[in-house]
Amino acid sequence: MTVKSKNTIISPIGSPTAHDSASAHVTGSARYVDDIAPAAGQLHVAIGLSSIAHGQVVSMNLSATSDAPGVIDVLTFKDLEHATDIAPVFEGDPLLVDTLVSHYGQPLFAVAATSHRLACQAVTKAHIDYREMSPELSIATAIKHKHFVRPPHRMKRGDSSGALKNAQHRIKGVQSIGGQEHFYLEGQVARARPEEDGGVTLWTSNQNPTETQHIVAKVLGLSMHHVNVVVRRMGGAFGGKETQATACAAFAALIAVRTGQTVNCRLSRRDDMIMTGKRHAFLNRYDVGFDDTGLIDGVEYTLAAQCGHSPDLSDAIVDRAMFHCDNAYFLANVTIDGLRCKTHTVSNTAFRGFGGPQGMMAMETVIDEIAYALGKDPLDVRLRNLYGDKWRNVTPYFQTVNAFTVPQILAQLEHTSNYRKRREAIRTFNHSSGVYRKGIAMTPVKFGISFTVKHLNQAGALIHLYSDGSVQLNHGGTEMGQGLMVKVQQIVAHELGMSTARIAIMATQTDKVPNTSATAASSGTDLNGMAALQAAKAIKQRLIDFLKVKHTVDEAAIEFAQDRITVVSAKGKKTTYTWPDLAAAAYRARISLSATGYYRTPLIHYNRKKAKGQPFYYFANGAAVTEVQIDTLTGETTILRTDILHDAGRSINPAIDIGQIEGGFVQGAGWLTHEELYWDSDGRLLTDGPATYKIPAIGDMPAEMNVALLENSPNDAATVFHSKAVGEPPLMLAISVFAAIRDAIGSLADHKIFPVLNAPATPEEVLKACTRINEQNS
Amino acid sequence: MIRFFYNQKLIELELSRCDLTVLEWLRLDQRKTGTKEGCGSGDCGACTVVLASPVDTEEGSKTLKYESINSCITFVGALHGKQLLTVEHLSDGDTLHPVQQALVDEHGSQCGFCTPGFVMSLFALYQQNERVDELKKRVDQALGGNLCRCTGYRPIKQAACRALESKDVVHSHADKISNGQLKVPYASSADSSAGEAESIASTANKLYQLSSRAPVAAVGGFYQPRTVDEFSELYGDNPHYRLLGGGTDLALEVTQQLKDLPGIIHIGSIPELGIVEITDDKLVLGAGVTINQCLHLMHQRIPGATELLLRFGSDQIRNQGTIGGNLGSASPIGDLLPMLLALDGEVELQRRQALRTVPLFEYFTGYRKSVLQAGEFIRTIRMSLPSSDSVFAMHKVSKRRDDDISSVCLAMHLPQKNGISKNVRVAFGGMAATPVRAYGAEVALENTTFNNAAVVNAQRVLAEELSPISDTRAGAIYRMQVAQNLLQRVLMDITLS
Repeated sequence: MTVKSKNTIISPIGSPTAHDSASAHVTGSARYVDDIAPAAGQLHVAIGLSSIAHGQVVSMNLSATSDAPGVIDVLTFKDLEHATDIAPVFEGDPLLVDTLVSHYGQPLFAVAATSHRLACQAVTKAHIDYREMSPELSIATAIKHKHFVRPPHRMKRGDSSGALKNAQHRIKGVQSIGGQEHFYLEGQVARARPEEDGGVTLWTSNQNPTETQHIVAKVLGLSMHHVNVVVRRMGGAFGGKETQATACAAFAALIAVRTGQTVNCRLSRRDDMIMTGKRHAFLNRYDVGFDDTGLIDGVEYTLAAQCGHSPDLSDAIVDRAMFHCDNAYFLANVTIDGLRCKTHTVSNTAFRGFGGPQGMMAMETVIDEIAYALGKDPLDVRLRNLYGDKWRNVTPYFQTVNAFTVPQILAQLEHTSNYRKRREAIRTFNHSSGVYRKGIAMTPVKFGISFTVKHLNQAGALIHLYSDGSVQLNHGGTEMGQGLMVKVQQIVAHELGMSTARIAIMATQTDKVPNTSATAASSGTDLNGMAALQAAKAIKQRLIDFLKVKHTVDEAAIEFAQDRITVVSAKGKKTTYTWPDLAAAAYRARISLSATGYYRTPLIHYNRKKAKGQPFYYFANGAAVTEVQIDTLTGETTILRTDILHDAGRSINPAIDIGQIEGGFVQGAGWLTHEELYWDSDGRLLTDGPATYKIPAIGDMPAEMNVALLENSPNDAATVFHSKAVGEPPLMLAISVFAAIRDAIGSLADHKIFPVLNAPATPEEVLKACTRINEQNS
Repeated sequence: MIRFFYNQKLIELELSRCDLTVLEWLRLDQRKTGTKEGCGSGDCGACTVVLASPVDTEEGSKTLKYESINSCITFVGALHGKQLLTVEHLSDGDTLHPVQQALVDEHGSQCGFCTPGFVMSLFALYQQNERVDELKKRVDQALGGNLCRCTGYRPIKQAACRALESKDVVHSHADKISNGQLKVPYASSADSSAGEAESIASTANKLYQLSSRAPVAAVGGFYQPRTVDEFSELYGDNPHYRLLGGGTDLALEVTQQLKDLPGIIHIGSIPELGIVEITDDKLVLGAGVTINQCLHLMHQRIPGATELLLRFGSDQIRNQGTIGGNLGSASPIGDLLPMLLALDGEVELQRRQALRTVPLFEYFTGYRKSVLQAGEFIRTIRMSLPSSDSVFAMHKVSKRRDDDISSVCLAMHLPQKNGISKNVRVAFGGMAATPVRAYGAEVALENTTFNNAAVVNAQRVLAEELSPISDTRAGAIYRMQVAQNLLQRVLMDITLS
């Protein structure tokens, strides 16, 4: 609903409208894929997964599986008649293993049975013989053997080796950063209904309907027009349903076509966790030269990512890590090498931030190292190195940083969080305290907005105005909880001067809007909001033209506002239309009331060979101050307080944006503290459920959390209503948690020794770092 | 036949499978899909529903006790005599229940998949008959077993407080119900003008009649014996049947290992297994006493045990799980077990008519193994209560504060005589294949003043006597270091107080 005040409807832009599905969420009536009423004769798929990480399948005896109660169909590699690879960009992701297993949990066969439980039980009856080969599991070994899923790539500006040689100070370091399981609450799921033309309709929990349409068509040997993909909402995705949703869709579609029945493919949590990709673990090396003031002269990075067994999106993900290992700081002389390491683990994939967080971690670790070396407050080293306004404003990939709000944000936050005073109080606390230590850190975020693959930066929309004045809103973006639908609804409502209540939000469907990009890269509102705006403008223009003729007036005499359309004639006569009146009149006058909208991001270009260009339309900015307390007896961390100031541009919906900021922050804090993926020496993922893999719970949120949006800060770029993307950037605000933990540990040696701390900073890792620093100090 | 209320509808159900879960029944049989499956293992709370059980008030009338549980690991048979409420039951038409409305107003849902679970956990808290300020302190405790991956929890917590505060507000939901403006969708009364309390009492009475009806004939292999004799004979004759207390461990065999259970004996209706006896120095509990009941008793009598109340599993698990189950599964990380070892716990075991008592330190024989024989069950658990001059402490360390499994759990009992420790007990979870007593450390602390020197000595001995393993939760070195440090923590806490 739009906000009402003094009996007038205020512009829906900037109003903290509730999520469009909020009431449906709280009453349980919001429908997810597995909630759709089953068709008669519906089948359920379960997938047989490899129990080894690397080796040959010698034999696969599935007779007991086929004979198990309820089993209708069993699918193996040999049954695939068309495409067998479901990789998004570069080949390497077989839908089913032919003979070579390259990670634990890789799909070997699929079973369709009359119930989910019977299908799952039938899977356990298979007998698979393997010839095991030794798996390569670590980034270090992959680097040693030069086993990469994609070739190394370099970005370079200036002369880093010269700068390092001549620098007053020089430090080398290494940090390992763990991966992260998405743990969307709704696991992967797809439902396929066979259609009369041999195609399928698919309901799936999916960020990337077009890609799924494309791949399912290939797997079925059909053209894309025979596959329709429908996505109303996801129960969370976070990047984990960008490429990883394809497998379930393909299995459901194949079996639907084979059996002629509607087929549901839903992964159990364990299968989901071992079969689908995660955030990349990284091993970052740095070599930095700086002067006495803390100013960085030169830096060389090697960012090595654990990609798993196949490329998936790793090329772009490691690129984005490279694009962000400057974070908010000018690097005069810089060389960045990105390595895409191949391991016999599940192929890692998109996860909120898409490599950016791991790159940023490298930079913020470098800053902290410099601060320790010079005995400075890390904040001062941060301020010393920030991008400048007119000079020192070019990134390692030669993009000029414009309208950089980080300095303003840091200054404001330093003040509102009382950073300096608290730093002093913490120093006193740590001097007088024994086993509990406190730490504080303020870290900024500068995050590039746009897909770095240029052609993905486009979107479409389709709006219908019906003759009763109601509207259906379609666009290519998908809803995963981020509030995209309500924001786009607000945009269209604003443009048409219409109440949001008239605008029905439709499921995203590939038959409504074709050739869409994944809802990813924080671009959902920027792209789809703009496309929908164009569609709304088109319909509005037709209505204006109709009214101009009808009332013989100029365009200026027609106003769309407050859910009414008002026309003032030359003689001053005012005619007011309700939407039902106007729509009906326009229909009778044979005006087309359906329009598409299209948008492509302007100005962006990038030459990857030269590592040069303007890959980002603009940057999203923010900063956080976090104070933590660690228990040096157990290594446990408590987040005492977090203050966040984030630049969402002119926020379309501040409530939704703050939700993204808080949620992203806590998710990032989980990644950097207790979310730990654990593989055994044979490459089996043992953290395969919420009992062993611990995402943040309610007790993990900061005891005090103050979140604000930067005021009066419209996006300098011409985005939709000058808003800024807000999906991914806040995740990286959580680097302040990690840096604060490091600060607390550093207090054990009075900040004279830099504490090496790897992520995640689990209690065990923190205690290890404490022990190490106590030993070094004594 | 199983009889229960599904909201206000009487369900009389012939079970097709003894191990049918409530979540399967809701989603597949009833086609009510508001309740979600997030993990199928009771760890995420997306499937949270509320069970209302009839209880006596102090005035002797009947009312309902509302408890949140994980429907994914609850067997339908266990619903007998109770009222099952789900997210579909709270709103009256378009008028949302205060917990629902508060979640909407505070932007407490994003993707919405976890939301029904949060709604039900909050509803259970909302229904507790306590002062609002007390309830507000329990929000984290009530929601610790509900995972949300989107919001970061702040708006949910705010919604919880807002909903609870609305209980005190004039023209509140409750007032509207009393004035007949709103129905109580989750309780009913013959008298249409009845207020909430009367409606609930009326439902409680109906449930009481239901559950007191003649024993239920077993269907699909689900048995609910009414006496311990009936139980011991049934189990003696069918030692391959599985015992069900709360099912928080047993159900994992069904949902995670996909086993079909041969038969289930639910012990929830056996009065002897629900006993609670407290004397000055002893606590005697039936095996069927829930973890929450148990922890509340301990909280009152053993100040050092309070931490466990907050960190043992989640509220859903604590509402369901039983002390007998915690012992029966004999897991090395059962969080009650170090405490029971430190309090000289002993178990009374029964096999047909034969009873025997086994001290707890002899009970565990290996990883998830105990001295229990085929057809033998735990009847009661006895433990000594620390005297007022004793030091009793327990500490749990895990990766995450809420709803996590211990890396290390310490329970320590140091009875003091003239400043000297006598009959010292030091027990650990997570440090061996079973919960263990650290006998060497006990000897090191025995007959000495509990001071730094004694602790250092005990720490040294500990490193020699225990050799923990590395697994997903923690490494061996960390476990040992923490175990040693926790001894120091106990000393520091005493010194501080």
